[in-house]
Amino acid sequence: MSKPILEIERLNAWFGAHHVLKDISLTAESQQITALIGPSGCGKSTFIRCLNRLHEVVPEAAVSGSVKLSGTDIYGPGVDPVMIRRRVGMVFQKPNPFPTMSVYDNVAAGLRLSGTRRRAVLDERVEQTLRQAALWDEVKEMLHKSGASLSGGQQQRLCIARALAVEPEVLLLDEPCSALDPIATAKIEELLLTLKKTYSVLIVTHNMQQAARVSDFTGFFLLGELVEFGETGQIFTNPKDRRTEDYITGRFG
Amino acid sequence: MTPTLALGRRVINGVMLSLTGVCTVVVIGVLFFILGYITYHGIAALNWDFFTKLPKPVGETGGGMANAIVGTLKLLLLASLIGVPIGFIGGVYLAEYGRKNTLGFLIRYAADLLNGVPSIVMGIFAYTVVVLPMGHFSTLAGGVALGIMMIPIALRSAEEFLKLVPATIREAGLGLGLPEWKVVSFIVIPSAFRGILTGIMLDLARVAGETAPLLFTAFSNRFWSRGWLEPIASLPVMIYTYAITPYEDWHRQAWAAGLVLLILVLGANVISRLVLHRRLAG
Repeated sequence: MSKPILEIERLNAWFGAHHVLKDISLTAESQQITALIGPSGCGKSTFIRCLNRLHEVVPEAAVSGSVKLSGTDIYGPGVDPVMIRRRVGMVFQKPNPFPTMSVYDNVAAGLRLSGTRRRAVLDERVEQTLRQAALWDEVKEMLHKSGASLSGGQQQRLCIARALAVEPEVLLLDEPCSALDPIATAKIEELLLTLKKTYSVLIVTHNMQQAARVSDFTGFFLLGELVEFGETGQIFTNPKDRRTEDYITGRFG
Repeated sequence: MTPTLALGRRVINGVMLSLTGVCTVVVIGVLFFILGYITYHGIAALNWDFFTKLPKPVGETGGGMANAIVGTLKLLLLASLIGVPIGFIGGVYLAEYGRKNTLGFLIRYAADLLNGVPSIVMGIFAYTVVVLPMGHFSTLAGGVALGIMMIPIALRSAEEFLKLVPATIREAGLGLGLPEWKVVSFIVIPSAFRGILTGIMLDLARVAGETAPLLFTAFSNRFWSRGWLEPIASLPVMIYTYAITPYEDWHRQAWAAGLVLLILVLGANVISRLVLHRRLAG
């Protein structure tokens, strides 16, 4: 049995007066893929943005509760959100490579901007993470072309490489395939299965088949609440809550 | 659909399309008329002497405006040194930290008011704070007047172009575990750089032609102005003084000065665009 990497207890989040997450408690295991499913606007994206303290950069956003990353509360007093984000990387819904940077510079950005200047170190890390992201063979001839010139699927793998380059412990993915075609999606899914050997992965998805295919654990969110959380097999074959069953069988709404 | 309706639509479409076409031609036509007219009159008096010689005394023909060309460049340099950093840094504040707070609102409001202040009032202001205490006209006073005039446009254009950088780019930077100031300095500002520079070039082009604020600040000078504390000639003020004299030769030189000013402004614009284009392509 693996050990927990993220222990979330009674997490609440607000945008102004709007209470978007209500008392969420769940535990994500290390080196496993945890999928979060649920209809649009149910709070899953907000939830993972609370796990790297990115929720609070939005004006009027607030959080309460505790999120323990390998035992330390990331909302504890004196904890620097910058250090948390270094340990908990994030890939966003739309591929967002830095527009003025080349493929190489995109991947190197995190390291370079935190002080790693040595070319050899950067070269090695860029190659290593682009290989991890299954992108190296496609871009090795064009490392110095703009990252924005790649296709959508390549851009998303570039963003994954960029996130991996700073060696986080956890990788959060916010609907990483929603802007991609099925072939690019399949590549990313395959990639996630290799990444879980090294990283703990949390993925938000609208696509239930995707959750069923790649994840070990699944959480179902509805209207800001975590309705059900458990092993993926159990959630999809034998959900305990009626609402989960309605949602995964498409009888919802 | 009935044929009459289709015919009606076709007629309306034709009329509207022609109207937009006519308006385009009128706008572009006026621009080219002005450019052509200035070129036609200016080119006649433009010669090597114009760029290399000082103005001749009244009555003597010939001479040039070398001092005014250099003067305009010096004034613009000084104005940029004052207006661009203040405007740019203020714009960064507004876009990154002051989007919704009171200070941001006040700065934005003040900038818009400042932008509406008539340029001659700016001249009087610089006269009061620089010329009077120093006791004489100077390049410094002219640069201050033009520099203050540059602030609001530099500020608002920096703000607008920074705001156009998508929030997802900022979040990607923050998500890498980079402190906010690094995200702003090394990711957001470079993404908006092209737009900000274009805004600054337009701002510079606008003050390059200002005459009124220079009348009581830089004044003018028929000789070379040494350093930054003497009165200095500039193309707009030369155009103004030469155009209101009764001398044919001076009128021709005023046209030539107008042409040179135009080329300076257009040239700066074209060059900055080319440089940016190459930088991006590479």
